[in-house]
Amino acid sequence: MATTTEVSSSEYNVVGTRPIRHDGTEKVTGRARYSADIQLPGLLHGRVLRSPHAHARILSMDVSKAEALAGVKAVVTSADFAKPSGRVSDLTEGAIHNMGFMANNVMAGDKALYKGHAVAAVAATSPHVAEEALGLIEVQYEVLPPVLTLEVAMKDDAPVLHERLKSLANPGLRPGGLMDDDDTGESTNIANHFVFESGDIEQGFKEADVVVEREFDTASVHQGYIEPHAATAVWNADGNITIWCSSQGQFAMRDQTARLVGVPVSKIKVIPMEIGGGFGGKTIVYLEPVAAALAKKSGQPVKVAMSRSDVFQGTGPTSGTHIRVKMGANKQGKITAVDATLAYESGAFPGSPAIPGSLCMLSAYEVENARVEGYDVVVNKPKAAAYRAPGSPASAFAAESVIDEVAGKLGIDPVEFRMLNGATEGTRRINGVRLPRIGYMELLRAAKDHPHYSAPLEGPNRGRGFATGFWGNGTGPASAVASVNSDGSVSLVEGSPDIGGNRVALAMQFAEVLGIAAEDVKPAIGDTDSVGFTSNTGGSGATFKSGWACYEAAHDIKRQLIERAAKIWEATPEDVSYTDGVLTHNSDPELKLTFRQIAARLNATGGPISGRGNVNPRGQGPATAGCIVDVEVDPDTGKVDILRFTILQDIGKAIHPSYVEGQMQGGAVQGIGWALNEEYVYNDRGEMTNSSFLDYRMPTSLDLPMIDTVMVEVPNPGHPFGMKGVGEVAIVPPMPAIANAIHDAIGIRMTSLPMSPGNILEAIWSQEENGKA
Amino acid sequence: MQDFEYRAPRTLSEAVALMAEKGEVARVLAGGTDILVQLRGGRRRVERIVDVKHVPELNEMTFSRESGLVLGAAVPCYLLYQNPEVAQAYPGIMDAASMIGGIQIQGRASVGGNLCNAAPSADAIPPLIVHGATCAIAGPQGTREIAVEEFCTAPGRNVLEDGELLVSMRIPAPADGSAGRYLRFIPRNEMDIAVAGVGSWVQLSQDNRSFVSARVALASVAPTPLFVEEAGARLAGREVNKEAIEDAAQAAMDAARPISDMRGTIQQRRHLVGVLTRRTLEGAIARATN
Amino acid sequence: MAKKAHIETTINGEQVEYLCEPRQSLLEVLRDVLEMTGTKEGCNDGNCGACTVVMDGRIVNSCLVLGVEAEGANIETIEGVATPESLHPLQQSFLQNAALQCGICTPGFILASKALLEREPDPGEERVRHWLAGNLCRCTGYDKIVKAVLEAADVLEVKG
Repeated sequence: MATTTEVSSSEYNVVGTRPIRHDGTEKVTGRARYSADIQLPGLLHGRVLRSPHAHARILSMDVSKAEALAGVKAVVTSADFAKPSGRVSDLTEGAIHNMGFMANNVMAGDKALYKGHAVAAVAATSPHVAEEALGLIEVQYEVLPPVLTLEVAMKDDAPVLHERLKSLANPGLRPGGLMDDDDTGESTNIANHFVFESGDIEQGFKEADVVVEREFDTASVHQGYIEPHAATAVWNADGNITIWCSSQGQFAMRDQTARLVGVPVSKIKVIPMEIGGGFGGKTIVYLEPVAAALAKKSGQPVKVAMSRSDVFQGTGPTSGTHIRVKMGANKQGKITAVDATLAYESGAFPGSPAIPGSLCMLSAYEVENARVEGYDVVVNKPKAAAYRAPGSPASAFAAESVIDEVAGKLGIDPVEFRMLNGATEGTRRINGVRLPRIGYMELLRAAKDHPHYSAPLEGPNRGRGFATGFWGNGTGPASAVASVNSDGSVSLVEGSPDIGGNRVALAMQFAEVLGIAAEDVKPAIGDTDSVGFTSNTGGSGATFKSGWACYEAAHDIKRQLIERAAKIWEATPEDVSYTDGVLTHNSDPELKLTFRQIAARLNATGGPISGRGNVNPRGQGPATAGCIVDVEVDPDTGKVDILRFTILQDIGKAIHPSYVEGQMQGGAVQGIGWALNEEYVYNDRGEMTNSSFLDYRMPTSLDLPMIDTVMVEVPNPGHPFGMKGVGEVAIVPPMPAIANAIHDAIGIRMTSLPMSPGNILEAIWSQEENGKA
Repeated sequence: MQDFEYRAPRTLSEAVALMAEKGEVARVLAGGTDILVQLRGGRRRVERIVDVKHVPELNEMTFSRESGLVLGAAVPCYLLYQNPEVAQAYPGIMDAASMIGGIQIQGRASVGGNLCNAAPSADAIPPLIVHGATCAIAGPQGTREIAVEEFCTAPGRNVLEDGELLVSMRIPAPADGSAGRYLRFIPRNEMDIAVAGVGSWVQLSQDNRSFVSARVALASVAPTPLFVEEAGARLAGREVNKEAIEDAAQAAMDAARPISDMRGTIQQRRHLVGVLTRRTLEGAIARATN
Repeated sequence: MAKKAHIETTINGEQVEYLCEPRQSLLEVLRDVLEMTGTKEGCNDGNCGACTVVMDGRIVNSCLVLGVEAEGANIETIEGVATPESLHPLQQSFLQNAALQCGICTPGFILASKALLEREPDPGEERVRHWLAGNLCRCTGYDKIVKAVLEAADVLEVKG
């Protein structure tokens, strides 16, 4: 297969080129197997019964009629699952999940906390029979008043979702939790309330020449992956469980399922299927423990699959938010103070991204005086799950809109205003942590210099907007093993599910070290018994951390190859060098062995060679992005047309530029959808009324222009090839950039998402009213 | 999905008999793009599905400049816009046929099915109404014919009695100097349900300076697609100008009886009726003068 | 329960027979009865295009076709697009243009694009975007998909 080389790529042989992805042919021919594609002899089909009420006590449940239906093989309820503790005192600092809450989310206990909350599940000989059986399960509910908004949830006399929820004041403990038994505190819906402070904001506002204060609202939006969740499980008589599912982390699925069905992790093997999109939403279990419990009870393999409506109503959207930002700046264009309050809906269980949202809000700027206060609030909606740069899009929508307004009042170009305040290496974030080398200033310069930024934009109701975004990027433990094959190829097994091309990017880093072609590496994603623990493909971390693991594994092989060549040449390893895939005897350069040659001789010269990399690397480096967008607003209908869109991103170093561009374009378009039309619409009973792709309006191809990309390469010192995570940050700037463009077009500042036609019409009318008044 | 019996009759009389035998728990399947979604969602229960795609009368599409178009109820949308003669004669109906769902849906969905489904938002119905289309209905009692504007009775309900089915629609021959236009407002550019939709049809004088007659019909702003006779009446005989169009738009807005739901508010919908009436009249006039 | 029907149809040029319940969609038949899982389910209500197949020359959502309706029909699925020797130029173009990320929507996009290019060998960007509006992709933002289709059109034109 052809490998095209980047014009600018010089320092590397493989990194920076655009080889065809290894899994590509399987995916364009329909052979790649995703979660729902597993077929097994005797396979049963599982379906989940979901609460029709947003908030209800489950008084009783009778499953006997369902069990009696011909073809039904098992019915499970919360009684069939383990009950991990949900107490705060059982969590460790830095905990990501509260397993007690997770168990309760997977199968409701005594209360249903959102419409769509799982309450029982059935396995039957066909999906249709399973669905019919769901209709035969009799559940007695005591319907309770639903708590649907932050405003209501935060009131002192609001109905509480959890009888014993502890109110924390700890941004280090995101998942929240229940009180200890001897705690006599009052329950609340505010799971966490924290404050970050630096400098003196009172003094800062005194020094300001311009102060802008605004409040913003954003609606819940869904990750919108096209593949609905599905999981298949076999539970053998010896207690060994095998699970096939698609997720962002087979190890997370294994570990969470083990806790929820009450077995040690060693009893479970999770086989990762190809994943049909995740964007953060496939990092926690929903169906895996259910499939396992049904398999145990029925003694047969069970595949449980969600419908699209189940996905919308039963899996994590990201939080709806209410955010207030007050910002002051002086005439020189320097931000003097920021005061912000952010409240995030976490859904039925604590753990919204209020913390990263609060931390990212100002991180691209040098702000001496700031106070950022955050709330994590439970409401009767699905438990929020991670979604691409969790928390940051909402806080950036608020802050970047205010920055645009402040810059406008000061008469300073919005890019220049950001340059005057932009963060650089060593700038302290609001939690006191200093930034490493980042490329934010270079990104702003690239935006300023981009032809799009200065292109003429004529015609009525057209406008241009600019905004940026920040995301911290993640890392974590990762593992890889690689075996050299006799034909000069290497089989590479790594632990990061491939969500958007990371498999090829890992193989490329591996190939770069060994000086072989990307096509000579055969990458595979290992099951939980074939590779070491690897944390989720998430936080833009997979290509970074598993890249490190592959880099280490390749170096491990390289060391062994040098030793082997030394043995063959009866020399010491110090006498042998390895460059660009060729082993050379340092003092006798006539002695050479290519990688391919030595690969063919391994078995006869001492046996096979395999390499391993086991890492938990730091130095991932945060990411920034910016976008320039031109819009046209139809003032008669309120509809916004995206005329031109450029996304710029500080990417460190592109490993596979096509898939870096892909991440930027995909993130940007999710942002456009979030900006313009996507939202969970609820009625006053807490029922989502638009749980289909018809009415949950993700962008179609016809709604978009080409998405131009600018990759700003400022090498990350924390990675051998200078790369950094690129998966998430592009979703952050589109919402404020489009809001700023709409303001430029029609003079109206939109402070609520989505900026749908209806909402824009209302804003136009309300401005006309005010104009008349 | 619930269990049901599937039958695929080859003649109209067989189809009528199969429908009549089961009464209200029998349902016709043509393109399936509505009924299958409703069955899967548990919004409708049936015992028998009668696939009418093999019944010749329901698959007829004959057109002549003199007698107009006979459009079998099961003819999928794409066959309409793929026929240049028909497309040219009824551009207003083509507007709708080419915007129902995406290309995949248009490969199956029929205009007749859109009519029988009787959604307030049905895109094909306003243009059928403004073109003066009628429905040919067959049933155990024989056949009858009614105007399209009388076909829908409530959201999801129509005039068909047990055992009856829609055979075809008859659309009068296009008059000289006439043309139609249908527009809907949706938040995206495709794949959406109309927040509001307006079909307009005009016939102009030979010099294109005045309206001989005009018809306007609306979608998504009443329990059924709505024929606004008053809007046409305000145009008939008048000079073609902004004031006349504005008058008709006002009549359409006055006639609209929208509700507020997740797709739009009363105020937004009524406003859009005005916008779209203006735009469709202008579009129809432009087509008629060409 | 309604009896299963015996259906004879043609899939990717091969005569195929199967039994199915009237309520089973063509998508279910392909995936669960025939184990041809290349056709994907994304929404099961005609709004995402992941289950696109060609039926008697037209692209349709196989989730909105009953298995029994396939009697006597001619069906083409993603499994029939490549030959044993080589990928279809569209498949090749999707690979070269990195027009897929997760890949779940890809079979539907390829079948829809192929139907377009067979009908209109030289569509412009706007036409491609219009034709593909019934296929949702959440990963790519469509940019590279549209480019891949336009490039495949050029390749096919040269070949044709």
